[in-house]
Amino acid sequence: MAKKKALTKDRLAWMYKQMVRIREFEERVKRTFVEHSGVIRGHTHLGDGAEATIVGSLATREDSDLAMPSYRCHGYPIVLGTSPRKIMAEIYGRKDGLCGGFGGSMHLADPEHHFPGTSGIIGQAIAHATGAALTAQVKDSGQVIYCFFGDGSTKQGAFFESLNLAAVWKLPIVYILENNHYQAYTHISLEDANYIAGDPLSKKAQAFSIPGVTVDGTDPLKVFAAVGKAADRARSGKGPSLIEAKFYRLSAHGNAITVPPVPTQFPEHEAVEVYGKKAEYAAAKKNDPIPRFRAALLGKGVLRLADAKRIEAEAQAEMDDAVLFALASPLPKPEEAVKYVYA
Amino acid sequence: MAREMMYGEAIGAAMTEEMQRDPNVILYGQNLAMTERDPMLRKFGKKRVRIAPISETAELGVAIGAAMTGLRPIVELWMSEFMLVAFNQLINEAPRLRYMSGGQVKVPLVFKAGYGFAAGWAGQHSNCIYHTMMGIPGLKIALPSTAADAKGLMASAIRDDNPVVYLHHYMLTLDKGPVPESEYVIPFGVADIKREGSDVTIVATGWMVKKSLAAAELLSRQGISAEVIDPRTLEPLDSNTIIKSLKKTGHLVLVDQATRHASAAAIMAAEIAEHGGNALKVPLKMVTALDTSIPFSEPLENFVLPNEEKIVSAVKSVVARQAATV
Repeated sequence: MAKKKALTKDRLAWMYKQMVRIREFEERVKRTFVEHSGVIRGHTHLGDGAEATIVGSLATREDSDLAMPSYRCHGYPIVLGTSPRKIMAEIYGRKDGLCGGFGGSMHLADPEHHFPGTSGIIGQAIAHATGAALTAQVKDSGQVIYCFFGDGSTKQGAFFESLNLAAVWKLPIVYILENNHYQAYTHISLEDANYIAGDPLSKKAQAFSIPGVTVDGTDPLKVFAAVGKAADRARSGKGPSLIEAKFYRLSAHGNAITVPPVPTQFPEHEAVEVYGKKAEYAAAKKNDPIPRFRAALLGKGVLRLADAKRIEAEAQAEMDDAVLFALASPLPKPEEAVKYVYA
Repeated sequence: MAREMMYGEAIGAAMTEEMQRDPNVILYGQNLAMTERDPMLRKFGKKRVRIAPISETAELGVAIGAAMTGLRPIVELWMSEFMLVAFNQLINEAPRLRYMSGGQVKVPLVFKAGYGFAAGWAGQHSNCIYHTMMGIPGLKIALPSTAADAKGLMASAIRDDNPVVYLHHYMLTLDKGPVPESEYVIPFGVADIKREGSDVTIVATGWMVKKSLAAAELLSRQGISAEVIDPRTLEPLDSNTIIKSLKKTGHLVLVDQATRHASAAAIMAAEIAEHGGNALKVPLKMVTALDTSIPFSEPLENFVLPNEEKIVSAVKSVVARQAATV
C-alpha cells in the first residue's frame, strides 16, 4: 500500500478537514438561496451527508486516479484540489466559473484535477466512468476510476450494462453506490427490489459475479477500508467491485423547481416535506457523519480541540471567500455562447 | 494510385489505416472479433479490438468516457436503429459534454452503423434516422455514397475531435469504385458534384445518389441536363455548393430515402429557401419515402421508397412548370 494511503494522524486530520470543507461549501450554496435570492438558477443538488463516503473513498486514490460522479457533484472536486472559488462561481453562472458558466451545478468538470466531467441524466455517467476505465486499461496507465452514483442510478440500464461490460473486460474501476435512501423524491422502499426483499443493494453485484460489499457510509474509515480493497483489486487487474455506502442525504433532492419570476429556494427534506417522517429525518441528523468523526478523532487524541476548531474556522473562511469571489465575478459575455460547440 | 474496391472494403481500409496511424484508435462492437482469426484482432490485438456485450447504452457511453480520457473509439453498431436504444448517450451526452465543460474536454469518437437496408428488413431495420441527429450542436454526421467517399469520410471521422455518426448505406456495400490507396481524407462540410448539369439540381445522399445518377442518365436522353450533388456530411451541411448550383440551374429536386418530415431534405429545403430561394424559378420538389413504416414484402417496399422513375418525374414536373410559365 502506498505511503500516502496510511492513516497517519495527519492523514486523519486531512480527512476531517475535507469533510468539513465539503459541508461548509454545501451550506454556503444552500444559504445563497436565502442570502442572495435569484443568484442561483436551475437545479442544484447538495451532497451533505455524503462527506464520509466521498472523503473515505478518495482518500484511497493514487495521484492520477479519476473521480467520476453523478450530477450531485460539488464535493469531489473540492477534495481533488479544485478551487472552491471556481466551483461557486460556476454555480452562480459567472465568467470565472469552473466551466465559464456553461455547465452550472450539475455539470462540473475539471480534467486538470482528475475530474473529467459529469452528466445531469441519472445513471448515464456510470457508462462514461466505465469508458475512462477502458482508457486506463488500453493505455496501461495504472489508474483506477472511482465511479460514484446514487441508489436511483441502479435502476437504470446504464448501471446494469456498464457493470456487466466492466466485469467482462475486467476494467479498473470501483463502483461506489451512494445509498442515500431517496431517488430524487422517491423513497427507496418504493422502487428497489433488493431493499424491498430486505437485502442490501450490494447484492446487485451478484448479477455480475463481482464483489459486492455494503458499508456504513457515515464512517469514513469503514469506507476507506472497503474502497481501498476494491481499488487495490481493480489496480491489480482483477476488475470492478461494487461498494454500497449507506448514508442519508441531509438536504432535499435539490432546490424547489420554480418558474421565473419565482426565485429558486431550498425546501425541507422530502422525508419531512413529502412523507411526513420527522422522526426519520431527526435520526439521520443525529447520525451526521461530521460531528461523529470529530468526536472519534478527539476521543482517540488524533485531533486536539484547538485543531478541530482551526480546521472549521479555516473552512468557513475559505468558503466565505468563495462566495465573495463568485458574487464579484462578472457574468459571461452573451456572445460567448457560441463557443465550445465543436472542438 | 487508386484501386477498385468495394464500398464496404473501403470503410475497412480506412479503419485499418487509421488504427495503424494512431494507437489511441480502438474498435469494438457486438458480434465482432469473436475468434482469434479476426483480421482486425490479429493486426491490433485484444486491447484495441473487442467484442462488446449487446448493450448499446454501455457501448455508446463507454466510448464517450474513453474519448473524454484520451482514446478515439470506433463503435460498430451495425444498424443505425440500434442507436435508438441508447439515444440519450447519442443526443444528450456525447455532443453536450464539451460544451457543458466550457471547452475543457473533447469527445472524439465514431459511431458507425449501416442504414436504409431496402432488402426485406421491414419496419425496424431499414430506416433512415439521420434527421434525428441533425441540428444537434456538437454532433457531426457523415453519409458516404461511393467507395472513395467511404474511405475518405471514415478517415476524417476518426481524426475529428468531435463525436461523429458515420452512416454507411447497406445497399452500397458491394458497389465497386476507384479508391485512393494512400492516405485519403475528405474534409467534412464539402459537398461533391457527382454529375455536372445545367437544367436542374438534384441533391441526394447515400443510395439515393446512385438512384439520382441513374435518373440523370435517363433524363439526359430526353434532353434534360441534371446536376447531382452529394453533401456527403449532413452536419456540417454545405448549403453553399447547393445554392451555387441552383443559381446555375434554377430548378431543385431534393431526394431522400427518409420519410418526408423526417428527412434531411426538409432541413435542406429550409436552408435553401432562406439563403437561395430567389434562385428558384419554380418551387422545389422533394422526393422522399411515403409516410409509412417500411413494409416487408418487395412490391410494398418498392412502392414506398424513392426510385429513378419518381426522381425523373419530379425533375420533369419542375422543368415543365418552368416551360409552362415562360
